[in-house]
Amino acid sequence: MNENELRAVVLDVLGQIAPEADLGDLDPSGQLQEELDLDSINFLDFVSGLHDRTGVDIPERAYPEVATLTGCVQYLHAHAA
Amino acid sequence: MPSLGADMDAGTIVEWKVHPGDVVHRGDILAVIDTDKADIDAESFEEGVIGELLVGEGEKVPVGTVLATFLGADVAQATAAPIPEVVEVPAPEQRVFSPLVRHLAEREHVDLHTVHGSGPGGAIRRADVEAMTRRRVSPRARRLAAAHGVDLAGVPATGPITGADVEAVAGRAPTRTEDRQQTMQQRTAALMERSNREIPHYYLALDCELSSVIAWLDERNTGVAPRERVVPGAVILAAISRAAMEVRGFNGWWQDGAYVESPTVQLGCVVALRGGGLLVPVIAAAETLTVAETMAAMYGSVERARSGRLRSSELVQPSITVSSLGDQGADAVYGVIYPPQVALVGVGRVGERAWARDGLIGARPVVRLTLAADHRASDGHQGSRFLRAIERWLRDPATMDTKGQS
Repeated sequence: MNENELRAVVLDVLGQIAPEADLGDLDPSGQLQEELDLDSINFLDFVSGLHDRTGVDIPERAYPEVATLTGCVQYLHAHAA
Repeated sequence: MPSLGADMDAGTIVEWKVHPGDVVHRGDILAVIDTDKADIDAESFEEGVIGELLVGEGEKVPVGTVLATFLGADVAQATAAPIPEVVEVPAPEQRVFSPLVRHLAEREHVDLHTVHGSGPGGAIRRADVEAMTRRRVSPRARRLAAAHGVDLAGVPATGPITGADVEAVAGRAPTRTEDRQQTMQQRTAALMERSNREIPHYYLALDCELSSVIAWLDERNTGVAPRERVVPGAVILAAISRAAMEVRGFNGWWQDGAYVESPTVQLGCVVALRGGGLLVPVIAAAETLTVAETMAAMYGSVERARSGRLRSSELVQPSITVSSLGDQGADAVYGVIYPPQVALVGVGRVGERAWARDGLIGARPVVRLTLAADHRASDGHQGSRFLRAIERWLRDPATMDTKGQS
């Protein structure tokens, strides 16, 4: 998957967790948890959703790297098989 | 109809999940029940074979109404000697609607109890429902409906729809979800008002350093699939549950002027719903669960609360409630006790703070735990012991990964 496709996947997974959010307005470098009011369970769903869709494993140590939309897309791109 | 919460007096069968002749076990989902707050998966308290379903889908009946009968205790016995267990049906005026009529009414937002049936025995025919949907609408009502985005089919009115009818609908929450949120908010408001009126609250706080919890989780969650990972919140819940069994006065209810201690921890977890409203699903016998089991129970009930599909066993009266603010929350929450309970433990955001130990200051993960407790059931000394007991469990989380005391 290229970065655009990965971005679409990330937004899709976020849309399932926060269906009321307007993801078009999302600041690509803003903290997702803060912007979308995600708690730890939401974030767990986010990480497992990404794993299900892309096969990329995101260990807890990498959580800071996937905390923003841009960071998340870059992480997935770098670690995709 | 089971009581799924102290303030429920009637429920609607949304869907039956079993049929006559089905073998069911304790905990199997029998039906989906709409309580005005949420759709609940009602679980069986019995083992046996379903005899007869006495209440149809779409029917609203009071709490206590017999919904279905069981045949004998197990399959072998049932075939040998089918003894219907309960046949007593307190019959509120029951009207049976055909599935066709019910679906049509649902689609067109027609309350079937207001429809005059022209069929045999007053049965409602399709044409009766359709007649309700072809109502006259005043031009002003039509204009207002368009302006407010109101679906005219959903406007309750006995005669022609007037502007006032539309305004009434536009003014209040029109959808089922919004109705529920409003109901939920009103019920929470009434309960909280009662709490502050009746319960003499006192408040304590204790900062707990979580280095050992975080280190233990780091190790435990490494190389583990996301769904198997444990979050710090689950460890804190496990610690609270165990401490609640050790120090008396917080795990129970104030009933008829006296404190009654619960024999087990029915841990209520406040779940904030996206878009507003609170639900408090219950983790049963929480003190007996390992950290991993606590995590699974917490994850399951949060997911089900948010999707509006809790199980009946999650809606029993909690014996103590925990309110966690989560990663994005404030540092501390000083709660309002849910009566008739006598305590609420607040869990603030887990964050890095300056922490002094052995004469040195370092940055460490810290959470502020608070206790709001009923002064009729306990005092500040007991409360301090309770918070200290939670802290002690958090210092050694690995001990909670084995079975708790039961």
